Amino acid sequence: MATRHSGDAAMSLDVAAVRADFPIFDRLIDGQPIVYLDSANTTQKPQSVIDAMSTFMATAYAPINRSAYRLAAEATDAFEAARSATQKFINARRAHEVVFTKNATESLNLIVRSWGYANLHAGDVVLLTHMEHHANIVPWHQLAAERGIVLRWVPLTADGQLDLTNLAPLLDGAKAFSFTAMSNVLGTITPVRELCAAAHAAGAIAIVDGCQYVPHNVTDVQAWDADFLAFSSHKLCGPSGIGMLWGRETLLDAMPPFLGGGNMIADVRLDGFTTAPLPAKFEAGTPPIIEAIGLHAALQFLSSLGMANVRDHEMQISAYALRSLTERFGDDITIHGPTNVEARGATFSFAFRDIHPHDLSQVLDQRNVCVRAGHHCAKPLMRLLGAPATARASFYIYNDESEVDILADALDSASDIFGT
Amino acid sequence: MAGLEDLYREIILDHYRTPRNRGELPPPAAHAVGHNPLCGDEIDVYVEVQDGPNGAVVSDVKVGGQGCSISQSSASMMSQAIKGKSVAEVRALVRRFKGLMSIDVDESDTSVDLALVESAKLGDLEALQGVVKFPVRIKCATLAWNTLLDALAQSA
Repeated sequence: MATRHSGDAAMSLDVAAVRADFPIFDRLIDGQPIVYLDSANTTQKPQSVIDAMSTFMATAYAPINRSAYRLAAEATDAFEAARSATQKFINARRAHEVVFTKNATESLNLIVRSWGYANLHAGDVVLLTHMEHHANIVPWHQLAAERGIVLRWVPLTADGQLDLTNLAPLLDGAKAFSFTAMSNVLGTITPVRELCAAAHAAGAIAIVDGCQYVPHNVTDVQAWDADFLAFSSHKLCGPSGIGMLWGRETLLDAMPPFLGGGNMIADVRLDGFTTAPLPAKFEAGTPPIIEAIGLHAALQFLSSLGMANVRDHEMQISAYALRSLTERFGDDITIHGPTNVEARGATFSFAFRDIHPHDLSQVLDQRNVCVRAGHHCAKPLMRLLGAPATARASFYIYNDESEVDILADALDSASDIFGT
Repeated sequence: MAGLEDLYREIILDHYRTPRNRGELPPPAAHAVGHNPLCGDEIDVYVEVQDGPNGAVVSDVKVGGQGCSISQSSASMMSQAIKGKSVAEVRALVRRFKGLMSIDVDESDTSVDLALVESAKLGDLEALQGVVKFPVRIKCATLAWNTLLDALAQSA
């Protein structure tokens, strides 16, 4: 694969070259290209990921961890190479601190069901924030209902950032602080290192939901001094069906297993079982083997672009989107979240001229502009915003500024239909 | 593909911009809340059912909540269509409307008078026919109707 470090400060990624790696963009609908602005939902897949998975299935597929023949040993090596690549991508200390799950939702549930059940009791406090995805709310609600733990919430500022004024009292007595590194609705990037330090100062562990952050930024769990990180493959150009959990070794070692079954045991007797060491302890049953191969290719793809370049590119496109959409539409558009591109990623929830997001999305689809319309699995946040739903345009490595303009043109045609 | 003009007919936009029978009814009117978990829409349907010489009649109806043009206009047209009708006629109209939306109905459901379904007049509601070409939006169009059935079940 060609490197794409153009060296041009004004152009951190060669978007045309990146786009050429994604075969879906060869497809025309009604003779027009696809303007895919839904990467906060899920990302498109580069040819290298597609090839890695199909080549593996065609030439190298076998069970892992349980057979002595060479083909199986090769497959096991390939699967473990994906784990090592994940470790490097987030700068974890040890590969066996990386656990493969079904998706990031399962990763968060694993933390709550395993660490939470082993460590939290009636009256114990867990701190969350008002901008969490349901995946980082509902498992805690379940534990609260079953165990009587108490949930506290970090509120937001008017521009959609965490209001940390009362962080110390909120953390007082807390056992865990679980927060997103980047909001899937507002685009807000949170001060992860600072939040981890505050959690530790209060004696709480720090759990980071990295679904929206990791695909778009340089991630370093050691620099953060985090305790857990959950993220997903399908949001970083990899396949769906595999999620990742990173955990601090001492914590993972002390935790009970999550799901029981094959692969996660050291021994099973009629009167009980003992668990396998990390990471197998948390990987019951046949794992997503093919998906791990695809994940590895996706991480290689992103690494070849350089995550710092990805971030630069998204800051440029964010600046352009914020400037051009507000200049063009003025008070007719409300973009939620921070206006400073340093404090946000390229995910924009917006309201446009009182047109319902579902109608907006329908009209935008006529121009093949793909945006999410809805509550984004963050209903507590939507209630705070006073909107049952928003439209959300999210940009990634294959998007450029011309697609912001196409979005704006499509918004104009929505005005034509619904304008009064 | 189907054009947007099939979806956003003028009469639909008119009901969206100027919804009829907006508001609430106090108890003992029945009140049901419907949710579309996909898009976050919420709709409130209030129905007042009174006994008449020929059985129970929907004497008043109000609609609240918020949603897209399709769910709001469908609710507005529904409120106009059912006001003053007998509960049996209303149930038949619901069945008729779901047929328009290509929704399979439970033929063994004996609570609906099939002769009334045959004779039910959709009127303006016919404008929503284009929704069928946009299957994602069928749930928007039927939200008010399912909520209405919940409200009627309460008042039964």
